[in-house]
Amino acid sequence: MLKLSVVGWVTFVGMVALAILPPVFLWTGHAFYLDLASRLVILAIAAVSLNLILGYGGMVSFGHAAFIGLGAYAVGIPAHHATWGGFEAVASYNGLFHLLLAVGISALFALITGAISLRTKGVYFIMITMAFSQMAFFLFQSLEVYNGDDGLTIDIRSELPMINLDDPLQLYLLSYVSLVGAMILVKIIVNSRFGMVLQGAKGNNERMVTLGYNTYFYRLTAYVISGAMCGYAGFLLGNFTTFISPDMMHWTRSGELMFMVILGGASTAFGAVLGSSTFVLIEEFLSSLTTFWHLPFGLMLIGVVLFIRGGLMGLFKAGGK
Amino acid sequence: MDYTLLFVQTLNGLQLGLLLFLVASGLTLVFGILDFVNLAHGSIYMIGAFICASLTLLIGNFLWAVVIALPLTGALGFAIEKLVARRLYEKDHLDHVLGTFGLILVLETLAHLLWGPAGITVPLPLWLDGQIELFEGAVIPSYRLLIIGTGLAVAAGLVWLVNYTRLGMLIRAGASNRTMVSALGIDIQTLFALVFALGAMMAGLAGMLITPITTASLGMGGQIIITAFVVIIIGGIGSMKGAFVAALIVGMINTMGRSFLDQGFELFMSEDAAETAAPAVSAMAIYILMAIILAFRPQGLFPPRVR
Repeated sequence: MLKLSVVGWVTFVGMVALAILPPVFLWTGHAFYLDLASRLVILAIAAVSLNLILGYGGMVSFGHAAFIGLGAYAVGIPAHHATWGGFEAVASYNGLFHLLLAVGISALFALITGAISLRTKGVYFIMITMAFSQMAFFLFQSLEVYNGDDGLTIDIRSELPMINLDDPLQLYLLSYVSLVGAMILVKIIVNSRFGMVLQGAKGNNERMVTLGYNTYFYRLTAYVISGAMCGYAGFLLGNFTTFISPDMMHWTRSGELMFMVILGGASTAFGAVLGSSTFVLIEEFLSSLTTFWHLPFGLMLIGVVLFIRGGLMGLFKAGGK
Repeated sequence: MDYTLLFVQTLNGLQLGLLLFLVASGLTLVFGILDFVNLAHGSIYMIGAFICASLTLLIGNFLWAVVIALPLTGALGFAIEKLVARRLYEKDHLDHVLGTFGLILVLETLAHLLWGPAGITVPLPLWLDGQIELFEGAVIPSYRLLIIGTGLAVAAGLVWLVNYTRLGMLIRAGASNRTMVSALGIDIQTLFALVFALGAMMAGLAGMLITPITTASLGMGGQIIITAFVVIIIGGIGSMKGAFVAALIVGMINTMGRSFLDQGFELFMSEDAAETAAPAVSAMAIYILMAIILAFRPQGLFPPRVR
């Protein structure tokens, strides 16, 4: 029999539920819930990527939505040109190309912005990461070629070998497997020597520097990995919504991602998934009740910050003792 | 080059810069003294604009509406400090960001409930609605001159308040060592609440002043807060002088970028390319500036000495 802690059980049950329930919803004729689950799982990948640097690395990135947007445009722009012509170099429906582009561009953006941002600390870091994402937001907003504010609608999803993204279930399963992969990857990174240095630098940067570690390099590497992972989530989100707009990169989206991580419990493997699930479900529930759902939602956010230490996973940990 | 246009745009840039300063000064004051990041500052700016707009429509006089709306906005700031912000001071910056992000959602929805989804347009009094010809060809709306005058006056008033009054002395003392100030028998909690309310009033004033030019609308807070943060980061968080200089720089770059960048680009690229590139670059200009400044001076232009 499996020997698991309370947190372990929550993670296990949660992940199994995410694997089983959505297909069941589809087969029982509730396709809407599969949609909801897809959005949830894709956002969870983004939250897991943010958790790597925010939870384990102590880098409060307030601009992670930029990577989602870049990943999504890496699907939208090639597909747009493949449909309407122009920009031959990227025009393509090839999913693997989209995927490489999404991850590559996000990693590059993370490398450049991270190299500058990581020279700063504290509030400066929070705000400069936000500023960089706003830069990306305004760039795409002013690009008339890609409809600026109105965004791109893609008619044909990325074409992947063996997987048909037009089938909602296949898209969901790909997202789910990707989420599991992302969680395992973060787990491996965190438990490696690299991850130990990263967490050490979060706890006491001076000590790690004195011990001879170039913490700047470690942080930058983690930042690039996180950005690339988030760009991958953007690739999935673009294929899921088939509508890509600058709004995906807006600073409020980054704030929501941060909230998901904190709500679930930063620096826990399943916390980001739990946080994004709770976030998406509450959002869905409240917005079905009233158009003014931001009011109770905002109050809840304030309440979580004021009263719940360590997020929802923290509650489970406390309950397990 | 059209020098009259350049002159008028300089005044426009100055006006935008001073409005930004009004918002940024409150942010930087609160951060410098309370070490508190307040994303909801933009919502106070918006609510100030809405209060003033409804009062103008109610009593029919814009200036009196501003006079009444100012203490109301201050009271709102005071209440926010008492109810939410105070509980966040002891937590870290991440909690500040999230807590005030929640506050934004609450305040924006309340404004939506109270004033509806459409914005409110405010008429100016007739004597302010005219234009003044400063010299041959340079015509500028007199209201813009009023904004510039008010902005400069408030900036001067703030310098006087912080540097030459007892309250200002306490504020500066509280910024360097709050434990010591409260040990000397000063009610530091009330002092903090007053600082918060002062910041709220200045943000509200900026919102009120801009309303006759644009409108009071729900999205206005979210737009200005980010720019205001760029201002205080360029200037050095906590520095009043930095906020002033950076606000003027950002105001100028924003205005000039919009009106002259395409002409500048045409010097070295085709007209078509310039017309595509100019709006994109001008929208990003202040962020690029911020990145460059932070790359060389991670603490901003004028890092405060205390910290």
